[in-house]
Amino acid sequence: MAEATAEYKVIGTRPIRPDGADKVTGRAIYGGDMRLTGMLHGKVLRSPHAHARIKSINTAKAEALPGVKAVVTAQDFPVAEDRIANLGEMAVNVKLLSNNVIAVDKVLYKGHALAAVAATSSHIAEEALGLIEVEYEVLPAVLNVLDAMKEEAPLLHEHLTTTELGQKTDKRSNIANHMRFTLGDPAQGFRDADIVIERDFDTATVHQGYIEPHNATALWNEDGHLYLWTSTQGAFVVQRQTAEILGLSVSKVSVTPCEIGGGFGGKIAVYLEPVAAVLSRKSGRPVKLIMSRIEEFEATGPTPASHIKVKMGVKKDGQIVAAEASLMYEAGAFPGSPVGAGCMCIFSPYAIPNMQVDGYDVVVNKPKTAAYRAPGATNAAFASETVIDELAEKLGLDPLDMRRLNGAKEGDRRVDGPTFPRIGYMETVHAALEHEHYASPLHGPNRGRGVASGFWFNVGFQSTVVINVNADGTVSLVEGSTDIGGTRASIAMQAAETLGIPYEDVRPTVAGTDGIGFTDVTGGSRTTFATGYAAHEASLDVLRQMKERLARRWDSEVEKEFEGQAERASVQITPDDVLYASGVFKCAKDPSKTMTFKDVSAQMARMGGPITGRATSQPRGIGGAFATHIVDVEVDPETGKVAILRYTAIQDVGRAIHPSYAEGQIQGGAVQGIGWALNEEYVYNTTGNMANTSFLDYRMPTTLDLPMIDTVLVEVPNPGHPYGVRGVGEVPIVPPVAAVANAIYRATGKRMTQAPMSPGYILSKLNE
Amino acid sequence: MPKVHVQTRINGEEIDFLCETRQSLLEILRDELGLTGTKEGCSNGNCGACSVLLDGVLVDSCLVLAVETAGKDVSTIEGLATPSQLHPLQQKFLEHAALQCGICTPGFIMAAKALLAKNPKPTEHEVRYWLAGNLCRCTGYDKIIRAVLDAAAVMEKA
Repeated sequence: MAEATAEYKVIGTRPIRPDGADKVTGRAIYGGDMRLTGMLHGKVLRSPHAHARIKSINTAKAEALPGVKAVVTAQDFPVAEDRIANLGEMAVNVKLLSNNVIAVDKVLYKGHALAAVAATSSHIAEEALGLIEVEYEVLPAVLNVLDAMKEEAPLLHEHLTTTELGQKTDKRSNIANHMRFTLGDPAQGFRDADIVIERDFDTATVHQGYIEPHNATALWNEDGHLYLWTSTQGAFVVQRQTAEILGLSVSKVSVTPCEIGGGFGGKIAVYLEPVAAVLSRKSGRPVKLIMSRIEEFEATGPTPASHIKVKMGVKKDGQIVAAEASLMYEAGAFPGSPVGAGCMCIFSPYAIPNMQVDGYDVVVNKPKTAAYRAPGATNAAFASETVIDELAEKLGLDPLDMRRLNGAKEGDRRVDGPTFPRIGYMETVHAALEHEHYASPLHGPNRGRGVASGFWFNVGFQSTVVINVNADGTVSLVEGSTDIGGTRASIAMQAAETLGIPYEDVRPTVAGTDGIGFTDVTGGSRTTFATGYAAHEASLDVLRQMKERLARRWDSEVEKEFEGQAERASVQITPDDVLYASGVFKCAKDPSKTMTFKDVSAQMARMGGPITGRATSQPRGIGGAFATHIVDVEVDPETGKVAILRYTAIQDVGRAIHPSYAEGQIQGGAVQGIGWALNEEYVYNTTGNMANTSFLDYRMPTTLDLPMIDTVLVEVPNPGHPYGVRGVGEVPIVPPVAAVANAIYRATGKRMTQAPMSPGYILSKLNE
Repeated sequence: MPKVHVQTRINGEEIDFLCETRQSLLEILRDELGLTGTKEGCSNGNCGACSVLLDGVLVDSCLVLAVETAGKDVSTIEGLATPSQLHPLQQKFLEHAALQCGICTPGFIMAAKALLAKNPKPTEHEVRYWLAGNLCRCTGYDKIIRAVLDAAAVMEKA
C-alpha cells in the first residue's frame, strides 16, 4: 500500500478532504438544494409509448390550472440544425441532442420528454401534466440490437443511413455506424492456431445508479442572460450544449456547478437544463426541475445492452495467435453508443499478432445511452476474458499464467493503432499471483474462484487552474473540475507538493463558467491526472514569479552594497540564482540571503503586488490503466443466488496521490461491476415498457450483499505526468463481470454467456 | 388545498409549520424549513438518503407524512455536530474517506446513529444488516462499514 515516501511530503498521505465538514453536516449545496426568490417548480411530461408519432399536443387545460405559470413543448424551442457542434473534446449533432431533450415529431422511447410545466408547487405541476392532451399514432417498437439490425426492422429515424467503415452510405437502417480495426492477418493466425474457441455473449441494459437525481435550476434574465445551477460533471459542457440547443452564444449562459451526488458518466449530457431555461423565459421566474427515480431509469443513462461474438486462437504452448470480435451495441434512441471504446479495449490487455474487431452502433427504442465508467469496456471484457479463461482451461494453464504469457507490455500494439508506452499490466498480474488471496485454499461445495483483467485507455482533455497567493502564505486554488469523489483533495495535494507548503495551506474551490478558464468534464479518469497537471504547472508559475521578485530585491541589495564598484557586474542576481526547497528561497550566490514562502507572501504588496499563478493543460502523455481482479463466489444450487465471499482488486494507479480515494474508486467500481454481473438489468415488456423502475426492483448491491473489497495499489509511474499519475476511476469496473462469470464456472461447471447472472439464469444453466 | 398547522420538535427546537396533508416530511424539511441536509434519492423508501429519526426510530422521511410528526421529535443531520465538534460518526466518515460524492452520507450517518443507540458494539455483519436500507453507489461500502465500526469503538470509550 502506498504511504508517504521520502520522495514526497504530501503525495501519498491521507488528509481529510477540504469539503468534508460541509458534506457530513448536510451543509453542502447540491443542485437539488437550490432555492431562488420567486422560484417555480417544474415537471416534465414523458411519452408512455416506446415509439409513436406525435399527432397533436393540447396544453390549454394545463395552462388554465391555477398555479401554473408556463407550459412548453418543442414549439417553444428553436428548430435545431442538423450539424455537428464542438463541445470541447466531444462533438455532438445538435438536432439529435435537442430532439432527445424535447421530442419534435416522434417519441422514440418510453420516457421521452415532450412537454413541461412550471407551477407554484411541484404538486400543481404534476396535476397539470395530467391535463395535457397528446394524440399519438403508436408505431412498432424495436427493443434489442439483433432485431434492430434486421433488414425488415422498423426504422427509428427516417433519414438515418449507415456510415460504413468511415464512408457515408445511402442505406437506410438502424445501424448508424459500422467500424473495423485490423492488425496483422487474422485468417492466417487462426490457421496457425491449435485450439480455437468461439462464443456469443449478451449483456443487458444497466444504469449508472447515482443516488442524486438529475436537477436544474434556471433563471433567464430580462437582459437575455441565462443562469443555470445544476449537478453536472462539467459546467462548460452544460454551457455549450444548452447554448447550442437554445441558439445562444456561450457567453450568454453562465453555469454554476453545485455539489454533485454521483454521475459515473451519466451527468454529462443535458436533459433538464434547456427545459428549465425555456420555462424560466416563458414564466419570467426562476424554475427548478428535479427528476423522479422513474424518470432517471426511463429517460437518462443507461449503458447499452450488447451482443458480442468473440473468437480466439491459441497455440499449444499458450501463445494467443489470433483474435476476432464483433461488438453490437444498443445506442438507444439516438446514435452514439460506446461501441468504439469497447472495440479499443476488448483485446488490449494482450499482445496478439493478428486481430480484427468490428463494432456496430445500433439505434433501438430505449433511452439514449450515456457514458458509464469505462463506457463499453465492461461488456467487451466480459466476452474476451471469459474466452481467455476457457482457453487457459483447455491448455491446462493457470488463468493468471495465461495472462503472464500473453500480457501486453510497453511497445505492444493495440488493435486500434496506438503502441503502449510504459504500462503496468504485468505488474498487476504478478501482484495477483503473489497475493495471499490467490494462494489461499477455497474449500466447500458450490464455491469457485475467478480472475479477470481489464483495460481502459483514460483521457487527458483540457483543464485550467488559477492559484492566488494570500498574505498569510496560504493559497487559494481555483479549478473547473467538478469534485465527484475527493478531487479537491487530490488536486490541492499536488499543488501543495509543488509549492512546498502544507496541504492545509491550499484552499481549493470549484468555479463555474464565469470563474475559471475552459475545463472539460470530470470523466475519462482525467481529473487527478490532467487538472492535477495544471495545478502543478500553476504552482510552478507562482514559484517563478516569486523567484523573479526575490532576484530583483536581492539584486538591488547587491547594487547598494557594491555602489559604483567594478565587481558589481560579477554578482548580478537573476531568477536562476534563486533556489527553492521546503518553503524557503535561497540565493545561490549569497547564502545569507534567504526568505520563506510565507514571508514573500506577506510582503507581496511591497514586492510588485499580488501573485497569481495560472496554467492550462491538455496533456498528451496519458497513461492507460490496467486492473486484475480475484473473486471467490458461492452458488446456491437451489435458488441460483450467488454470494460474493471474497474480493481483491489489483490496479496499476501510476502514483496514488490520496491512497484512500484511489482505493475508494477501485472499491466503488468493483462493486458496480458486481451489481452488473449479478443483478442489474432493465426488464422490458414486449411494448418497450420498463418493468423495474425503482431501486427495489433494479437491484443494486447493498451493504449486506458484499464483503470488504480488498485493494492493491500497484504503482508504475506514468512518464507522462510530473507525479506519475494515471487515471484510476474507470478501469475497476471492467474486470468484475468476467471475474464473477469465471468464478461461477469454477463453482458449477457452467460457462456464463449472459449478464446479469441472476438467479433465474443460473438455475436455467444448472438445469441444462 | 387547505393547510394543516403542525407543532413538532426538530433537533430539539420547537417548530411550527403549515403543510398540505399530502406533503411528506422530506418535502417539508427541504422545501419549507430549508433543512436540505436530508437528501432525496428516490422518494419511495428504497435508497435511505432521506433517513431521519422520529422519536428515536429510524425512518425514511419520504415515507412519513409531515402531519404525522405532530408532537414528535425529529432528528436530522443538521442536529448532530456541536458548534465546535463533529459527531464521532461524522469525524470517522471523514477520516476513513467513507464518502465520495457525499449525497448518501447524511442518511448513512443518521442510520448508523440509530444503530449505535441500540447496539453500541455491533459486529461487521450487524452493521451491514442494519445499513442495508441505505444505498451508496460510490464507495462499495467498505470504508463506510469501517467508519461506523471505528466510530462505535470511539463512542464506547467516551
